[in-house]
Amino acid sequence: MVPIYYYIALSAILFTLGSLGVLIRRNAIIIFMSVELMLNAANLAFVAFARMHGGLSGQIFVFFVMAVAAAEVAVGLALIVKIFETKHSIDIDQMNMMKG
Amino acid sequence: MSVDLVLFGGLALVTVLSALGMLFSRNAVYSALYLIFNFSTVAVFYLLLSAPFIALAQITVYAGAIMVLFLFVIMLLGAEQAGRTQPTWWMQPLALSLAGILILEAVYLIATHRSSFPVLQAAMGDFGNPLQIGELLFSNYLLAFETVALLLLVAVIGAIFLSRGRKARQTQSEAKS
Repeated sequence: MVPIYYYIALSAILFTLGSLGVLIRRNAIIIFMSVELMLNAANLAFVAFARMHGGLSGQIFVFFVMAVAAAEVAVGLALIVKIFETKHSIDIDQMNMMKG
Repeated sequence: MSVDLVLFGGLALVTVLSALGMLFSRNAVYSALYLIFNFSTVAVFYLLLSAPFIALAQITVYAGAIMVLFLFVIMLLGAEQAGRTQPTWWMQPLALSLAGILILEAVYLIATHRSSFPVLQAAMGDFGNPLQIGELLFSNYLLAFETVALLLLVAVIGAIFLSRGRKARQTQSEAKS
């Protein structure tokens, strides 16, 4: 069996890559995908800790995180489509007004 | 070197490389496909950690539903190449160094607290099977489960409201006035 801290380290690496994507990319859809990557890294840590403690609550929590992520993606992508309709761009440098 | 370690190392390499591919590919469609690949390999990690229900939910919800939604929106907007403008020159080095600090600290903390992680025993026969998860979900976590159902309903209504066509909105305001 692989030691559990390997999984935690992998989760930390994936989380860092996700935050790097949020910081360096300008495309709103890519930023959104990087947020998904960060959520996924947190899920991996949850499942690893659930396995370590032999309890199922961690896995249940991952289930809820997935449901919240699905809701977030539905609303967020609708917002991106709306922004594209008014601005004809999804570059986040173009989004500098609260008014559409 | 055990078989487990080789399996873990190979999969971890694939996971990190596909995440990097997602970050640095120019085309948003390639990014989405790399992310699907990444989610599938993470699902294999869930299987290794004896969480089969979560692994299959990962495939259906993340790699299936969510990423198909992403691909649809990318193709709908025709935004594959968007985001060509250059950010401020100091942004990229700053982001890279901040990410470097974060990863170094995380790895340092995990390496120094290594001994506090217990050694894993082989999993009990039915740890994490869907039956157990379902029983826990509908007893201890029933309220949270129902709340999530409400949340999904609100998200669906919100998405429909946001993506109404301009025409529908105009006719509505005309009817009001």
